[in-house]
Amino acid sequence: MMEVCGSTNVSLREFGCEQTLLSRPDGSASFVQGDTSVIAAVYGPAEVKVSKEIYDRATLEVLIQPKVGLPSVRERSQEQCVRETCEASLLLTLHPRSSLTLVLQLIHDDGSRLACFLNAACMALMDAGLPMSCLFCGVTCAINADSEIITDPTAAQEKESRALMTFAIDSKEQRVMMSYTKGSFSVHELQQCIAVSQKASENIFQFYRDSVRRRYSKNL
Amino acid sequence: MKDTPLSNCERDFLLKAIEEKKRLDGRQTYDYRKMKITFGTDYGCCFVDLGKTRVMAQVSGELVAPKENRPNEGIMFFNIELSPMASPAFEQGRQSELSVKLNRQLERCLRNSKCIDTESLCVVSGEKVWQIRVDVHMLNHDGNLMDAASIAAITALCHFKRPDVGIQGDEVTVYSPEERDPIPLSIYHMPISVSFSFFQQGTYLLVDPCEREERVMDGLLMIAMNKHREICSIQSSGGIMLLKEQVMRCSKIASVKVSEITELISKALENDKRARKAGGRCGFAESMPQERITALKTDETSVEMTDASERANDIVENAEVPPQTVPSPVVPAPGVGQVGQGLQNTWGLEEEEEDGDEEEEEQKMEEEQDEKEDSREGDVVEISDSEEEEVVILHPETQDKSSKNAASSSNQKGGKTSKQREKK
Repeated sequence: MMEVCGSTNVSLREFGCEQTLLSRPDGSASFVQGDTSVIAAVYGPAEVKVSKEIYDRATLEVLIQPKVGLPSVRERSQEQCVRETCEASLLLTLHPRSSLTLVLQLIHDDGSRLACFLNAACMALMDAGLPMSCLFCGVTCAINADSEIITDPTAAQEKESRALMTFAIDSKEQRVMMSYTKGSFSVHELQQCIAVSQKASENIFQFYRDSVRRRYSKNL
Repeated sequence: MKDTPLSNCERDFLLKAIEEKKRLDGRQTYDYRKMKITFGTDYGCCFVDLGKTRVMAQVSGELVAPKENRPNEGIMFFNIELSPMASPAFEQGRQSELSVKLNRQLERCLRNSKCIDTESLCVVSGEKVWQIRVDVHMLNHDGNLMDAASIAAITALCHFKRPDVGIQGDEVTVYSPEERDPIPLSIYHMPISVSFSFFQQGTYLLVDPCEREERVMDGLLMIAMNKHREICSIQSSGGIMLLKEQVMRCSKIASVKVSEITELISKALENDKRARKAGGRCGFAESMPQERITALKTDETSVEMTDASERANDIVENAEVPPQTVPSPVVPAPGVGQVGQGLQNTWGLEEEEEDGDEEEEEQKMEEEQDEKEDSREGDVVEISDSEEEEVVILHPETQDKSSKNAASSSNQKGGKTSKQREKK
């Protein structure tokens, strides 16, 4: 198998977000990476169903809505990835016996959708003002047939890639909170992708910081 | 999660305000809220903002076998998804009364009014037709979901383009958008639903009720009409009795509203067409407001990865050497397959033991377990001397068991056990 060679042109597509765009949820955000767009909404902490109640922490429920048709196995597995990442960063013990619901609606899929789900989720949780131990972001890396790393790939690049990895990275020490991989790759490639993702996460966290600063500024 | 109920004070206040011809958001009786229609990146994706109510519609098409009784007609499928995003009262995957009502009304409004030429969706009679699926997602519920859904659905249908199809003999080829330009659906007219809510048993009437007004209303009248003033469907719910004059008045109001909305839709479609022709970027990302403090956008940024390779090398080099794996399955005895075991055991179970034969080790483990059991049973026997009755009752059984165990183990293992004992 060919090893990843040297540095290539690695970049993140332009990204944008809008918070508090929906009036009903307690927190909402849309996140756009290139053409991939997601809307996230958070309800809670609120009353929990008795069957789902956990006595020492809040129950987090993550729902992913596809654009066409009903949620399938792919959505379920991504829901689990997002939920476990959120559970790791949220301080759920501060709201025992309550429910948190995070709904993610896919608007357009043009690659890196799991990363976009994670970013939108984090922005919505921030907007809802829920206590968190750290922020998190999602970065997708693809290794193409020429063994080059592509960050934030488009749908076409994903299709042509040999391996696809998505990492959730925390803001404190930039450790990997979640990884989701597809395809085959060597240990070296994995480590290299993690290193690139950690670098890329700095940009995303800077964006988070800028957007929060803008939000609480008095003028544009 | 349950919806927060409306308090009596709020209810009384709302009703009193309506009696005084005032509305919460300062609208007049017949006013619609501000409406905004935007389109997504791909064909057939449409967002409708009606005040704070937000709805997304997505149209998709696939080739299916037609219904037997209509072999040369395409199939229309409508699905309104009450996503829990819109309101905490909506639950995922459950058919509520509201969702059934909305779905049925949308079907009557768009399918039964025959606004779409379904015969043009036929590819091969009796074999292949297009199934056009309309998914309407509610994103934010602030009242009057039906009007927003019907506007989003018909606009998305007008915006949608299906791939071109070529037939050569028995073969049906679907061309990608790069090969041949996709074809829009043929739509005869655009039915649009207009909702009227009634208060105080029909004394007061409001157009486009918001969520709070919907909660205190007595009845709802939905009229679907096209710009030619043809009524496509009419539905009254809530169990109020309306007079003939009231229905007539509502239909007159509806005709005015429908012509306004139709104009807005065609303008939006035209704008989008122009933007796409100009080759500019369009879609959800472009429709995001930029002048708000809650929104932010960045340009494409590059990621520095000069030291990525070195770091990866460091980590890989500093990492512990992974345990060696057995390249091929080990067969310790005929009829037994084993993968991944048989090398040095890292669990420290048998530290004093030398690396012996696989079989012997296993034998020894069993032995040890037996011995442990023996000693445990020995304990029970000792306790049985105490005055606790229950234990005394158990006594003969355990005695039996231990003797049986001993017997069976000696029977089964026979020579090998004795060999082990000797070793020890």
